[in-house]
Amino acid sequence: MNTVIKRHTLSVLVENAAGVLSQVSRLFSRKGYNIESLAVGTTDDPEVSRITIEVLCGDQQIDQIINQLRKQISVYSVRLLPPASSIRRELCLIKVKAEDREVRNEVIQIANIFRANIIDVSPKSLTLAVIGQESKDDALEGLLSEFGILELVRTGMVALERGEATISNNANNKETGEFDLGKNIL
Amino acid sequence: MLMKGSQIVMECLLEQGVDTVFGYPGGTILNIYDEFELHGYKDKIHHYLTSHEQGASHAADGYARSTGKVGVCFATSGPGATNLVTGIATAYYDSSPVVFITCNVAENLIGKDSFQEVDITGITMPITKSNYLVKDINKLADVIREAFAVARSGRPGPVLIDIAKNVTAAEGDYTYLPVSEHANHGRLATMLRRANKDMQAPDPDMGDIDKLLDLISKSERPLVLVGGGVIRSKGAVAEFRKFIETLDAPVASTIMGGGACPGNHPLFTGMVGMHGSHASNIATDSCDLLIAIGCRFSDRVATDPAVFAKNAKIVHIDIDRAEIDKNVQTYHHIIGDARRVLELLNERLPKHSYTAWKEWVFSHGEVPLKKDNILHAHEILETISDLTNNDAIIATDVGQHQMWSCQYYHFTRPGQLLTSGGFGTMGFGLGAAMGAKVGNPDKVVVHCTGDGCFRMNCHELATVEHYHLPIITVIFDNRTLGMVRQWQNLIYGKRFSQTTLDRGPDFVKLAEAYGLKGFRATNQPEFEEAFKQALAAGCGCVIDAAIDIDAMVHPMVGGGTPVTDFLLH
Repeated sequence: MNTVIKRHTLSVLVENAAGVLSQVSRLFSRKGYNIESLAVGTTDDPEVSRITIEVLCGDQQIDQIINQLRKQISVYSVRLLPPASSIRRELCLIKVKAEDREVRNEVIQIANIFRANIIDVSPKSLTLAVIGQESKDDALEGLLSEFGILELVRTGMVALERGEATISNNANNKETGEFDLGKNIL
Repeated sequence: MLMKGSQIVMECLLEQGVDTVFGYPGGTILNIYDEFELHGYKDKIHHYLTSHEQGASHAADGYARSTGKVGVCFATSGPGATNLVTGIATAYYDSSPVVFITCNVAENLIGKDSFQEVDITGITMPITKSNYLVKDINKLADVIREAFAVARSGRPGPVLIDIAKNVTAAEGDYTYLPVSEHANHGRLATMLRRANKDMQAPDPDMGDIDKLLDLISKSERPLVLVGGGVIRSKGAVAEFRKFIETLDAPVASTIMGGGACPGNHPLFTGMVGMHGSHASNIATDSCDLLIAIGCRFSDRVATDPAVFAKNAKIVHIDIDRAEIDKNVQTYHHIIGDARRVLELLNERLPKHSYTAWKEWVFSHGEVPLKKDNILHAHEILETISDLTNNDAIIATDVGQHQMWSCQYYHFTRPGQLLTSGGFGTMGFGLGAAMGAKVGNPDKVVVHCTGDGCFRMNCHELATVEHYHLPIITVIFDNRTLGMVRQWQNLIYGKRFSQTTLDRGPDFVKLAEAYGLKGFRATNQPEFEEAFKQALAAGCGCVIDAAIDIDAMVHPMVGGGTPVTDFLLH
């Protein structure tokens, strides 16, 4: 079997309850896969949370993870977001050492080019906020590193499908019905 | 009606028709145990106090497997709860419906490393279908209702409810709700609302059924593989037997499928896999259509998944969609309850006949069984088979005796074989046998064990004696960890590292110390006599049956190799 390792983006609708996040993340660790990034927050329905997970693994392995996820009672729906038809963004905060005027000006210029915002200024540092995908973040990080990055934090990728398709109307297929059958509690 | 949390627990158990609980009390669960006396619940719910929480967990599991009802087990916090873990995992791997109720320390002590505090919901997350930590008295009843629904529905399995001690003491409102109403309340209602299939009458996809019928019509060498799913699905066994008789094709079984097809049925080829029969293993390799019902192609069945049934189109029928293509790649699948799928198949399946294929499959026999002046495992099981008319419930532990029990006892109905097939828990048998005897007082219950396994939980003999459970324990005593020794014999150059059990106790004296009867047997006539006496004794008995230290389970296929590469014929 040829296992080509690649990046997969999963979007998961779950019950907004204690323990659910740990239940979901455990499925990955149980299979020995490292989660590249994970972002979670409530949706328009306060009883439902949406988790976006990025993981590096093979196609067959991601199918197994999806199946195990969909089997969980607190998981409502799972969608593998194809890179071509989805938009992915993450917020990255970078605190840069900027002790003299020349450096400050240069950092501000770079920030403008990358459409990053300066969100904190102190006598010895500048903090930038940038929204984008990893390529943009990485390029910015690379440029700023020569000044000295004091701290860097990422929110983790969040993603949605392009167009009017949603995780809910996508879920309405035969396979989802098959999973629901196994979860039926009547 | 206003009542204390502990009483709500009892009332909710009564809603479910629970009349039997296995367990062990302790500090945090005191309020619940007090209800047995305080409000007289002991008259409605019989509590069996075991010697150890592990014994209680296996007893609840054995009760569930042998009766088809949901088993219930109580334990206290901390070590009481962690002692259940092996039992919970055992139930999880074999899809056995058990509700475990533990109590944790009071809410204000949670998270402070308090005395006997442990995060049991965290620990059991990967080995339960669902688990709950109850901190709100107003949610207690709905959580218990949900736990039972989850445990018994779909692919059954264990569920754990951990209740903070203060919740068992708090007062809350309780209104009786019949089980039929439970799905309209609380989280169950939300779950049903979110499902996008009609859950009132969920039927398998008819197109999928028709496709299988089409595959059958084109097949020349079909083989049916039956697993535990047919045992767990209520009423499925009758439909299954109708199906195989109409199809008239050979039937192989996994260990968990024992009893779905009668052991002496002319279509039955025996167990498949690592210790599968020649007929079964060779048939899986030669069939052109493998109809697998309620099994999961574990590594003990599909020892080399890449080449398992390599000449066949594999059709997988299961309730759990996540099992499809998990271990082997299948050609087609049908999702649904085994009973319903088989019922729909039976409505449309014409009578088939595969005489030449059947003859070819059954031409692969086993090596002749030994008969001489020492006692052999097959003689023990043939004797038990004869003297119990193939009707006894057989609870096993794990190892050689387990394989022999599955090979030589002819199971005739579901719930008759209680064995830890998936998790392989040594020490499962005696607890399971207790649960089975409590749930089936009219049946003969035999506990087949090895001298290694029996030592693990033999303290439950005290429970057997106290509750007058006439369980017959048969020890296949080879003074070694037989299955491990078999591997050492065949694969590890006869280096018997740490497997020789040249030590006590004297099992006959041990039985007597617990107030039970002990027998010794070294040949077949002695065993037959001892077993007859045990059947007539009306109390718990232990038969120490001496077998050869180098007796092996035949046939054997090595792990990771094709099922047709017999290491031992």
